[in-house]
Amino acid sequence: MPSDTAPAGADTGLPEPNHVLEFPGGYTRSVGPVIGRFFSELRDGRLVGVRTADGRVLVPPSEYDPLTGEDVTGEFVEVGPVGTVTTWSWVARPAKEHPLDRPFAWALIRPDGADTALLHALDLGVFDEGAKPPKFLKTGMRVRPRWRAERTGGIGDIECFQPEVTMINAPTRLEYRLKGGQALRRFLEGMSEGRILGHRCPVCESVIVPMKGLCPRDGVPTTEEVELPDTGTVTTFAVNNIPDPRAPEVPFVSAYVLLDGAGLTMLTLVAGIPADQVRMGMRVKAAWRPREEWERTMGNIKWFEPVDEPDVPFEEIKDFM
Amino acid sequence: MPRPVAVVAFAQTEHSGEDRGMAEIEILAPVITEIKERTGQKQFGFTCSGSCDYLAGAPFAFVSALDAIGAWPPISESHVEMDAAWALYEAWVKLQHGDIDTALVYGFGKSSQGNLRAVLTQQLDPYHLAPLGIDAVSLAALQARAYMERSGAKEDDLRAVAARSREAGRGNPFALHLPEPEGDDYDVAPLHPYDVAPVTDGAAAIVLAAGDRARDMCERPAWITGIDHRTEPHAPGVRDLSRSDSARVAGERAGATGIEVAELHAQYTHEELILREALGLGEDTAVNPSGGPLSANPMMAAGLIRIGEAAARVHDGSASRVLGHASSGPCLQQNLVCVLSGENHG
Repeated sequence: MPSDTAPAGADTGLPEPNHVLEFPGGYTRSVGPVIGRFFSELRDGRLVGVRTADGRVLVPPSEYDPLTGEDVTGEFVEVGPVGTVTTWSWVARPAKEHPLDRPFAWALIRPDGADTALLHALDLGVFDEGAKPPKFLKTGMRVRPRWRAERTGGIGDIECFQPEVTMINAPTRLEYRLKGGQALRRFLEGMSEGRILGHRCPVCESVIVPMKGLCPRDGVPTTEEVELPDTGTVTTFAVNNIPDPRAPEVPFVSAYVLLDGAGLTMLTLVAGIPADQVRMGMRVKAAWRPREEWERTMGNIKWFEPVDEPDVPFEEIKDFM
Repeated sequence: MPRPVAVVAFAQTEHSGEDRGMAEIEILAPVITEIKERTGQKQFGFTCSGSCDYLAGAPFAFVSALDAIGAWPPISESHVEMDAAWALYEAWVKLQHGDIDTALVYGFGKSSQGNLRAVLTQQLDPYHLAPLGIDAVSLAALQARAYMERSGAKEDDLRAVAARSREAGRGNPFALHLPEPEGDDYDVAPLHPYDVAPVTDGAAAIVLAAGDRARDMCERPAWITGIDHRTEPHAPGVRDLSRSDSARVAGERAGATGIEVAELHAQYTHEELILREALGLGEDTAVNPSGGPLSANPMMAAGLIRIGEAAARVHDGSASRVLGHASSGPCLQQNLVCVLSGENHG
């Protein structure tokens, strides 16, 4: 019966209701033997349909064949519980009347073994309010019911449907204690003092930085230390639009820099210039962090910045690409 | 041969997208006054109305609306808890009996005063659907997806329906004047807000008359040459939602061919496309030149308005064979087709 008591706190942005239509306790409805059987089976955690005279299986069952109007047979058939989505809609902003309080889909679901479809909610996981439908939500998706623990005999005994398990996620975590080797240890020792160290190859005489203790070109051990300046030339670069822990702001530029006197390039960041103005052959200089922050890490150099010098012609760097 | 019956007058409110502070009877009464003046009638052989008590949240709310028509001394009257297009059907049947010559039909709804989507949940199967709390737009979106996946139509095709309807609605003094559809946010995907008819308050009335009475009351009566309504199973999972078989059959039975103007009760953009297909309406049929329900959708009157708008094209001489369509229930469950003609049928 109608009541003129307004409930507290509707969040619709509309004025508070001053009239409420409510039937306290709800309507009592007889369900009859067909719907009654369906609900009784639901309460036991089973999904059943009823067979029509021509052999089709109706889910949810009805007392008559919707095509012919004939009585259905008395044969109830267990179906599903797995079923196939035949169509769906996506609710990005659930209303208070809806069964889930986060974005979800409504779906018509044809249980295996049935010829008609059941309407229910489909829970696809956690989404922010207003989210677009997830790409994996598709007609044809295979889903199964999530049963409510406390069932009373009603359509709500199925809390919702969920996708069949098609993938698992197996987290992996292994812990290591790494040592970089003698050459890297020595290189980082130099970094901690603000020096960039390399090795000169005894065969090709090019300077390898950071050094590895070997010349990758000649395959011979290297030991002769050379200190290089912190200036160099951009040989090639990339503009990155996906943030990185070391460069959280996008776009940022990662570049190969050929330090003056070096025989191979180093991968580093380039900053201090708009991304679209970085160019091959551009002269750059290391931007060091403040001395008190120096550690045994390459990170002592924040990035390289342009210096006011003419670009290096392509011919001079083309062998270092 | 059915008795010749025509729509001789049609009146509607300037519909509103918000509560203007008028009670339902205050919305309705001026329309009844107007149609009495236009037909010169104070009394009608039969009166039939369509409304929904859940819109007002009170049982027998339609009874108080009878005050608007002057129900004393006692009149012959009936009511359908549906769109007034079905009240028109009842009045047409009553006129076929031959004992009366005129009938007044009206419908009204003030959807702005409650949560229409939740109200419409009350019309669903109380065992399997209503307890889930599924709302009308969510159900319509299921049908939209089924239609698009079957037909290959895209969201842009739906948007084009909204754009055309809204443009036409801006030229209709009775409709809401809505802007160009824009934005890519969904309401319930795949439907965008502009794919959904606006919440609208309003009312409408039609006068039907038979034979010579029709010619007396109207220079160009819009003769009902065919009228039929069909329903499909209640359970949406039993039907092929991508099609409307009930509209197809009703159209065939009503003789819906050679239609120049069709007013379709499409409350969602995809419904217009499904209905065009079901009714076999080609490019040469003008659909919803009034703007249709996507420009003004007063519940329980919008279907009657489709028949009235179609008839008005006959009354003003701009068309001679037109169609009015009304729907009811979730996902176009029930469909009524009324074919009207300006040629002499009596």
